[in-house]
Amino acid sequence: MKNDRVKNETILVLIIILFASSPLALAQQEETKERVITIEASRFSYKPEIIEVNEGDKVTIRFISTDVHHGLFIDGYELSTDTKPGEEGNITFVADRTGKFAMRCSVTCGPFHPYMISYLKVKPDYRLFTSIYLALIVFIVSILFVSRRQKP
Amino acid sequence: MTEKILGIFPVDWRYDLTSLPHVRKILKSRWVPFLFIVLNLSVFTVILMAAFVGGISAGNYNFGIMFVWIVWWVLLMLVLVPIFSRAWCMTCPLPAFGEWLQRLHFLGVRKKLFGLNKKWPKPLRNMWLMNFLFLGTTYTSGFLTTRPLATFILLMTIIVGSIVLCMVYERRNFCVYGCPVSGFQGLYSNLAVTEIRAKNPEICKNHKIRECVIGNERGYACPWMQQPFNMKRNTYCGMCLECFKTCEHDNMVINLRPPAVDLLVDEKRGLDEAWKAFIMLGIAIFFFLIMQGPFGTLKDWANAKTLEGYLTFIGLHSTFNLLILPGIFLAFAFGSQRLASREVALKKVFTNFSYTLVPLGLMAWVAFSFGILFPNSSYVLHVISDPFAWGWDLLGTSHFPWTPFMTGIMPLFQVGSLLLGLVLSLDIGFKISKQTFQTRDEAVAGFYPIAAFLTLATMFLIWLFTG
Repeated sequence: MKNDRVKNETILVLIIILFASSPLALAQQEETKERVITIEASRFSYKPEIIEVNEGDKVTIRFISTDVHHGLFIDGYELSTDTKPGEEGNITFVADRTGKFAMRCSVTCGPFHPYMISYLKVKPDYRLFTSIYLALIVFIVSILFVSRRQKP
Repeated sequence: MTEKILGIFPVDWRYDLTSLPHVRKILKSRWVPFLFIVLNLSVFTVILMAAFVGGISAGNYNFGIMFVWIVWWVLLMLVLVPIFSRAWCMTCPLPAFGEWLQRLHFLGVRKKLFGLNKKWPKPLRNMWLMNFLFLGTTYTSGFLTTRPLATFILLMTIIVGSIVLCMVYERRNFCVYGCPVSGFQGLYSNLAVTEIRAKNPEICKNHKIRECVIGNERGYACPWMQQPFNMKRNTYCGMCLECFKTCEHDNMVINLRPPAVDLLVDEKRGLDEAWKAFIMLGIAIFFFLIMQGPFGTLKDWANAKTLEGYLTFIGLHSTFNLLILPGIFLAFAFGSQRLASREVALKKVFTNFSYTLVPLGLMAWVAFSFGILFPNSSYVLHVISDPFAWGWDLLGTSHFPWTPFMTGIMPLFQVGSLLLGLVLSLDIGFKISKQTFQTRDEAVAGFYPIAAFLTLATMFLIWLFTG
């Protein structure tokens, strides 16, 4: 009975470790590039909805609007531009901070304006991996904690 | 041995905040909470006027929208509920008109309340009505949070609804069973670090005239229809302080206590509260997708760009919250029952463990609220200077530009909140497991699937919010 329990717990911990290490495979550093990305704004979303670049990439965003005056503010990088239909805004930066950053409309464009958001993802997302690992560590610690034998 | 929350705070630790000088005297005065309500009412008058004047203009420069959906909502989730339990209900001005009409007094105490004073229907003495009302309200979240007039209509509906119900039903049945925002405050206030309780149960035991229940010349019978002398959970205590006034033994206190201890009270747990926990968690996810997510199609649905899209949104939103999320949890509860003991009914396992979602759920709302607060709070500076958009500049800040602050490090706050929620949920989870199953070995085995669910849910939320 006791052997079975030890065996089960060992298997559980191995599964967790296997599961926990999988994000590492996703965290491979890729070659840096120069990227030009066109973002099209129309009430109340951007296209593409999510843009992905790699750490170190030199990114140029061409920002155009198809309906009214819109803005684009990038969280974390604190960069912004705006544009009206027929015009073009530009932002150029080196993606030196990794993670997911909201890109928000900075010009009131209608009722849903505060919700006009897209995302810039700069890979590899160390913050996400660390956060997921922390959640797994909390899980493992709690499992080990409750599984320990009580003193009689 | 006394159990400890997070292995640190003994479950039965309390500090009587009303033992501080003058505090008790203030709480026993009939001016409290009346003055708070009046103060709050003056702010809400401006909110209502601004929301009415604002019509269907963009809400980000409207005082009504900003104060209800940024200031109030964020305060509620970040401060009021986790720390002060249902203190908002103590000061809420919306049902005050109905209550004053019942009493025909602002401050005095009348023996008989004006109105029909009917009993609330028995089948509705639970959270189901509030669950559906709150879910129904969220169908219109796309309008409520962006169009001032929609917020005006919502607030007026609550005011008129509470007056009508106060005239038909006794006391504050509207607040206990009918207010859309009452249910989640009730459930999440179980996590709060404050409570109103009887100081010495022995005094109440020997006091045969339950003045807190029937009232006396100093105060009204508990407007929330509770038994303050025997209260064990914050869920339905609106902190109106009437019991402080009626108790001739001065036996009611406001305690500081460890977080989440009410979640360990193994009585009156029910499926209505379980579903409240699912609905709240599910709505946090949907609200994030609509308000902070990148998907234009979903925003168009919630914004009712087309009827078909809007109905799709309502269908998905309802199905996810009422069926899919509880269904996934049921699978984990089933796993828990199978691993631990088949002698314990699945319904009990499901219901008991659903309370583990309260810490994680509240922290998901805290994380969501950071996403509202950090990017949008600068609008508040604008609207307090020009509340009716009439070109005023009362404080010299009406031209303050939109300035998001700390949005770069906001994900750290969000991840921190969610991890804190996970830690607390797991801690509460094992304690509930010990209550649910007979032996410690069963409790350990039954805890594994629930811990897995909570961890996976946290990982999903971390990914959704920050990844």
